[in-house]
Amino acid sequence: MKNAPLEELVVAAVKRAQTLGATDAECTASEGAEFSVSVRKGEVEKLKEAGSKAVGLRVLIGKKQGSAYTSDLTPEGVEQMVRAALELAHITSEDPFAGLPDPAELGKLEGDLQLFYEETALVPAEQKISIARQAEAAAMAADERIANSEGAGFGSYAGSRVFANSRGFVGSYRTSSCSLSTTPVAKLGDTMERDYWYTMARQFSKLESPESVGRKATERAVRRLGARKIDTQKAPIIFDRTLAPSLLGHIFDAASGETIYRKSSFFVDKLGQSVASEKLTLIDDATLVGRFGTSPYDDEGVTSRRTPILEKGVLKNYMLNTYTGRKLGMKTTGNASRGLSGAPSISHGNLFLEPGELTQEQIFKAIGRGLFVTELIGFGVNIVTGDYSRGAVGLWIEGGEIAYPVSEITIAGNLKEMLMDIAYVGSDLEFRGSVNSPTLAIGEMMISGQ
Amino acid sequence: MGFPQSFFATKFGITAADLERYLAEALSKGGNYADLYFEYVSTSSLGLEESILKNATQGVTLGVGVRVITGERTGYAYSDDLSPDKIMQAARVAACISNGPASIVKTPLESMGKRDLYPVLTSPNETALMDRVALVRRADEAARSADGRVFQVQVSYADQLKHVLIAASDGTISFDRQPLARMNVSVLAREGDGTPQSGYHGGGGRVDLNWFQNEKTPEHFALEAVRQAQVQLEAVEAPAGETTVVLGPGWPGILLHEAVGHGLEADFNRKGVSAFSGRIGQLVASPLCTIVDDGTMANRRGSLNVDDEGSPTQSNVLIENGILRGYLTDKLSAQVTGGKSTGSGRRESYQAIPMPRMTNTFMMAGESDPGDIVRSVKKGIYCTTFGGGQVDITSGNFVFSASESYLIEDGKITRPVRGATLIGNGPEAMRHVSMVGNDLKLDEGVGVCGKEGQSVPVGVGIPTIKIDKMTVGGTA
Repeated sequence: MKNAPLEELVVAAVKRAQTLGATDAECTASEGAEFSVSVRKGEVEKLKEAGSKAVGLRVLIGKKQGSAYTSDLTPEGVEQMVRAALELAHITSEDPFAGLPDPAELGKLEGDLQLFYEETALVPAEQKISIARQAEAAAMAADERIANSEGAGFGSYAGSRVFANSRGFVGSYRTSSCSLSTTPVAKLGDTMERDYWYTMARQFSKLESPESVGRKATERAVRRLGARKIDTQKAPIIFDRTLAPSLLGHIFDAASGETIYRKSSFFVDKLGQSVASEKLTLIDDATLVGRFGTSPYDDEGVTSRRTPILEKGVLKNYMLNTYTGRKLGMKTTGNASRGLSGAPSISHGNLFLEPGELTQEQIFKAIGRGLFVTELIGFGVNIVTGDYSRGAVGLWIEGGEIAYPVSEITIAGNLKEMLMDIAYVGSDLEFRGSVNSPTLAIGEMMISGQ
Repeated sequence: MGFPQSFFATKFGITAADLERYLAEALSKGGNYADLYFEYVSTSSLGLEESILKNATQGVTLGVGVRVITGERTGYAYSDDLSPDKIMQAARVAACISNGPASIVKTPLESMGKRDLYPVLTSPNETALMDRVALVRRADEAARSADGRVFQVQVSYADQLKHVLIAASDGTISFDRQPLARMNVSVLAREGDGTPQSGYHGGGGRVDLNWFQNEKTPEHFALEAVRQAQVQLEAVEAPAGETTVVLGPGWPGILLHEAVGHGLEADFNRKGVSAFSGRIGQLVASPLCTIVDDGTMANRRGSLNVDDEGSPTQSNVLIENGILRGYLTDKLSAQVTGGKSTGSGRRESYQAIPMPRMTNTFMMAGESDPGDIVRSVKKGIYCTTFGGGQVDITSGNFVFSASESYLIEDGKITRPVRGATLIGNGPEAMRHVSMVGNDLKLDEGVGVCGKEGQSVPVGVGIPTIKIDKMTVGGTA
């Protein structure tokens, strides 16, 4: 599972940086091959196939740091990168908290995490094109109101990521992934609605069938037809499990060490306090075998782990990398994340909400009357204040059942209150991407309509 | 300067004969068209926070993308290695989209006429690092000394210098040097132990460092960010429901980008999936609206001498007095629909396939006095600054987040309100435009447009306008 040439390159870059005056250094490189195809109305529309490599370096001179990256992996290119990073470390300021992780934190999860499957890399192009065609055809055939198509796409990636630092850590791991999606367009009179469905997996054979992807996409597009605007009112809001993950993302951002030390989060000074309904237990776990948020170590070489964020509504942990941990007088939680350039930031592993008791249908019945949200658009979320206002599309629930589609409305509230006002957590947790949630119902939010 | 003196010819020894050979390989299995897009990008970025210059990064990316079009099909491959065998290999992979006898490359390749919309002698990326560091420090000092309630200041500065070379089987070679720089300031302010409020401002363009030093200075961006936080400290809950909306001039032009621009990109329209499909010549907006997408404006963030397919950019009238005049077209859409490229083919990098995209999108000035527009509103909101926006081009529904807005009561701007999302339907909202001001203003250069995972820099602009009815997503 090693990528020997790239490992040699990053180890050499770290050594070279030390030779040229760095007191510490870490280097990360990635190499990968991508394939993507889109088909529309049965014909191949775009087909792309290529591989690429790049490398990034962070150096410290005492408490000053600089970084550089390049896609030019020739010896001259790498040398230029090392020199650029050092030059920058000379101009930045002393930051007492800057530095690599403490050696005791460095480490890797043992065993096969099942992040890479050779089979995903070996699927012939014809088969990839064929299942994209099948997904689109299934969508087009599933309902006579499907009048058009934005096509279907299949994408796959196989690559490796390599990391080394001047404290002796060297690691690499491979990942593979593939996905299939389709976007049918439904028509009623002179209005059109589109929606999509997708499936993704690390292992090709674990993808949902193209027939199922097509059928679900069409169900989702068709149920939007005839949407109306509703009156401005307060009502219960049910987030579909495809959308509830966005709320988990906001909680994660609010608990991130970066927003905490900058005092730009509504969770500042809330550690150990009840910040949400007892129904919410939110876990970040980068150790789950085969999942999209899994890795043997974080992007600073710190061992991956499971960390509860909320336990029965109580804020248990901030999510930290080495830098934010030191800023806050705490220890890293192994949540460092970086691309190739710059200093590490923070991201989650597998972020998920522990499921509750009720199915989605039972939640509809229990709520009786409210809005089931199936799509959110826009960026109206403020982590500093918790203010929340986003465009929504959904289905109106009346008498515990779906009554009619609604669109061109917004839902608004404040995340602090929304988290306290959780009415139900569904039983339907399913792992798809790296953030996963069951259906989630909030007692009351403001709906803006007509 | 001819091609032999250009960046890729001198730095990598690429000749016209090489380009012809690669293109011939790309068309070796047929196809209507092939192109090569070489890109070399140097970047730098600085991050200052807590008055400490914490992060500084420099980077280089280079590569070449090879595209083959056959009918409506596109084959694409790229290489981050510019050695001839790797480029030939990419050309062979892209060629596989077609399956027939070889097509002919028009030779000799000829360089396109040059113009220079951004005559920046020394790009910011090429200046002394300390000069750029001085800019972020100036912003930090200005923000901190402006108001004692400011307790957190983050300043970021980023620039890039991109060299591109585009060679196409239609016999053209284009090359360009594209500088781009941007500064952002964000602040947090708090009254006593109250809730912190944030303010943000930024700007830039295809400019030199002098622009930041003397024209739009760090102090300008810092003070505007502080002012926005100050306004938010006084803000009350935004109203919920339908109301009259007045948009201030400048950055609120993002309305046009979302409500109109995306829906007029030719790829959506040739497929018939946009709310504007098949409506050329029809009235799709109030007759007061004339909307233009112009990639030829000097030094602006969205401008380009040539688009990423080698076509010269243009000033394109999209909507004229409310009537839909045309779509934004790239070479593929032009070929399929039998028109001409409007110079709108853009891509994020050599790894990405070009698509029709916007450049600088704005509404022409009207006749109304901006003060009269506000005075004409009995009850509504006045929005002057926005965060991001998004559109569903099929239904036409769009949103954008108002980050600075005020209540209008009896023709007067009264209290500031908190951030709220505004939602509308593109064609419908444009029909409800009832007044257009004489004060067209363009944004200061921070726009990033995302489409199908590709980000490109864009600009927007608008005069003060009144929209009779839109839904405001507040809580009050």
